[in-house]
Amino acid sequence: MIRYYFWLAARSLRRNPVLTVLMIAAIALGIGAAMTSLTVLRAMSGNPMAHRDDRVYRPQLDNWAATRGFDEQGNPPNLMTYQDSMALYRAGKARRQAAMFPQVFPVEPANPEVRPFQASVLMTHGDFFPMFDVPFLHGGGWNRQSDDNNARVAVISRDMNDRLFGGEDSVGRRLRMDGEDYTISGVLDSWNPQPRFYELSSGAFGDIEDIFVPFGIGIEKELNSSANNNCFADPGNGYAAWLASDCTWMAFWVELDGAGEAAQYKDFMDAYVQEQKARGRFARPLNNQLDTVSQWLERRQVVSRDSQTQTWLAFAFLAVCLINTVGLLLAKFMARAPEIGLRRAVGASRRQVFAQFLTESAMVGVAGAAIGLLLTWLGLLGLRGLYGDSAMGRMAELDAGMAGIVVVSAIVASLLAGLFPTWRACQVTPALQLKSN
Amino acid sequence: MELRPIVSALMRNKAGLILIVVQVAITLAVLCNSLFIVIERSQRVGRESGMNEADTFSIDSMGFAAGYDVRDSRATDLANLAAMPGVIAVTTTNTTPLSNGGWSSVVGLQPGGDFDTREGGQPTAFYMVDENGVDAFGVRLLEGRDFRADEIVDFDQNTGLLADVVIVTSALAKSLFPDESIVGKQIYGVAADNRPVTVIGVIERMQMPWVGATNIEQSTLVPARLNEAGFSRYLIRTEPGERDRLMPQVEKLLQDSNSGRLVRRLRSLEETRDMAYRQDRAMMSILGGTMLAMMLITGLGIVGLTSFWVNRRMKQIGTRRALGARRFNIRRYFQTENGVMIGFGVMVGALLTYGFNAWLMQNFNTPRLPWYYLPVGALAMIVLGQLAVLGPSLRAATVPPALATRTA
Repeated sequence: MIRYYFWLAARSLRRNPVLTVLMIAAIALGIGAAMTSLTVLRAMSGNPMAHRDDRVYRPQLDNWAATRGFDEQGNPPNLMTYQDSMALYRAGKARRQAAMFPQVFPVEPANPEVRPFQASVLMTHGDFFPMFDVPFLHGGGWNRQSDDNNARVAVISRDMNDRLFGGEDSVGRRLRMDGEDYTISGVLDSWNPQPRFYELSSGAFGDIEDIFVPFGIGIEKELNSSANNNCFADPGNGYAAWLASDCTWMAFWVELDGAGEAAQYKDFMDAYVQEQKARGRFARPLNNQLDTVSQWLERRQVVSRDSQTQTWLAFAFLAVCLINTVGLLLAKFMARAPEIGLRRAVGASRRQVFAQFLTESAMVGVAGAAIGLLLTWLGLLGLRGLYGDSAMGRMAELDAGMAGIVVVSAIVASLLAGLFPTWRACQVTPALQLKSN
Repeated sequence: MELRPIVSALMRNKAGLILIVVQVAITLAVLCNSLFIVIERSQRVGRESGMNEADTFSIDSMGFAAGYDVRDSRATDLANLAAMPGVIAVTTTNTTPLSNGGWSSVVGLQPGGDFDTREGGQPTAFYMVDENGVDAFGVRLLEGRDFRADEIVDFDQNTGLLADVVIVTSALAKSLFPDESIVGKQIYGVAADNRPVTVIGVIERMQMPWVGATNIEQSTLVPARLNEAGFSRYLIRTEPGERDRLMPQVEKLLQDSNSGRLVRRLRSLEETRDMAYRQDRAMMSILGGTMLAMMLITGLGIVGLTSFWVNRRMKQIGTRRALGARRFNIRRYFQTENGVMIGFGVMVGALLTYGFNAWLMQNFNTPRLPWYYLPVGALAMIVLGQLAVLGPSLRAATVPPALATRTA
């Protein structure tokens, strides 16, 4: 019977090829547009720390100007001052804590074949690696003592290790940068959190830094951030004034064991700010925040607005395409009411008519879905072309999970389109059709 | 032509009517809002930076070798670059328009610590240039004079910026002194230690480095060179047509003249502009494509549906023709029917359009959709509908009256 239905459906679809192509094209275009934009949106909405969302926290203190909030939403500044980061770090109230800011160093490779180049460097504390569960290929990070002594140690990314040492285990080897020798303590395994949650100010969807060195080295070298240095008042001259200023330029993260410890830590932050208020800082009302990574990504709105707008529009487009196909299938099926009447009169049950017409709509749907998958792939290719190396271009990649979502939603959408016309076809009353003929 | 029979006939085919109305409504909402975004972006992309973009490029040098002296190296570079045939002017600069990175502050008429409590304070971006800055950027001096070589100050974090004079854009001049010339006036917020600087010139236009900045045309040229971390950036203006030839030569010259540094980020201003507006251009293409595809699908869908309806009503059309209706009346019937359906669609679509706009306003701070988008969009939908119904209605008009007398 099924073979017969297939044969009938194919005949019917062939009888009106332009219409068939239009229906399939509509479903395919709709699926392609919707899935392309959803892929980007989903990639941007990821939380690379989801497995530690109850352990990793981002404290923010509102030290901004008395007369004006940091932004219109009333958030505290997106970064922290040196003095506050250090106060929280030294207090050591969390299980782990790390301040960080990015800079660039010139690197002079030992291998004379490799020309000197500029590498991105993150100045951070040793707790960075265990706190964020960073995977190591060789060796490891550094300890508190290295932090305290500004020891010249470095962790390098896997890519950097490939570039500098041809992928060998380089732990213990020398790395010359910014005129000094560092000892490599560890090589990271592939690690590319997207969004790069821990340091959003230099781009939420960039690569991780090439090299990580103890935080204090950056201070000793009198550096500021290469990404974002924000002041609401003139910090004055000299590095000491810079460090003592209310300018914000570093990220600070802590590890706490769940909401209970987080509440205690929040109390500690509030107490710290109250104490600072007594010294004449923190002119604004108490407005401290302690976010989980997911809350933090939400607060900083890392998902591009264009991506959200595009997704809404693409789904509206999909709706139009599906409605279009529903209308055409409906009209087509209703035009065949006499045929349905005849079939019913000679003994076909409603169920059989349903099966027959569902076969036809499913063929349209599956063809549309299949081409829609192809269009999704092409669409992502197109997005990468349009956006290049910017955030949305980088996020236009299909992973296995998303591919599954695409397949399932394509099939569901196309079946939905076929269901109503098929149901209406079954409602045809045999007697009426036969009479009118 | 009576509307009532058409409407009541439509009401007997509710499913078909609803499908077309919803389709038209969504298409209209997407059309209006997308068009609004596309036009807004194209205006943004079309703004002039004010500088010469066609013949300029920038290049960075970062010294790392022990004993690298950024001042010596810079002086040598500037002399070498200026001597190259085809180079019109070269300056050091901290940044360029369209680069999305730089230094901004608030300048005002009174000294003061807090940026936003400065009286009459205006946000501005600083371009630290030398005496060739105005020439190299290719900006037009409207009033006053250019920097002299002896006015260029060296500074670093410890000394602070101690310039005595500045040149501002006309936009900043108007914001600070709406009624009189700014030339010769003193402003605060540029030099360190609350020292005033004197405005010596006004240039026509130069954007801040950030394409998303408000008050984007309020820029300040500061006669200063930052001596820190061995970093220098040069902006070079060439004779028209010489840029692409000179770019690799300049890179090689800098690289060969001193091996103790990295030469990086060789970039023409046109490339910089492309990068700055890449996302806007992508958004414009994507929305434009979506609009066209949606109109096409909706239009073809109407063609298909109306064709079916014509087929179903062959006999009815024949009867009407036999009873004296002219071809014109038959065509008119389908066209009017289409107009009524699109009309319903436009009414529902108006709600959707403003609903979507309200959502965009609430979530993304986009401006309110100007009122004229809706009538324009509605007109587009009506034209689309009439175009789509043209073929089927012409075919309906050719149905012969004799058809009424035949069975089936």
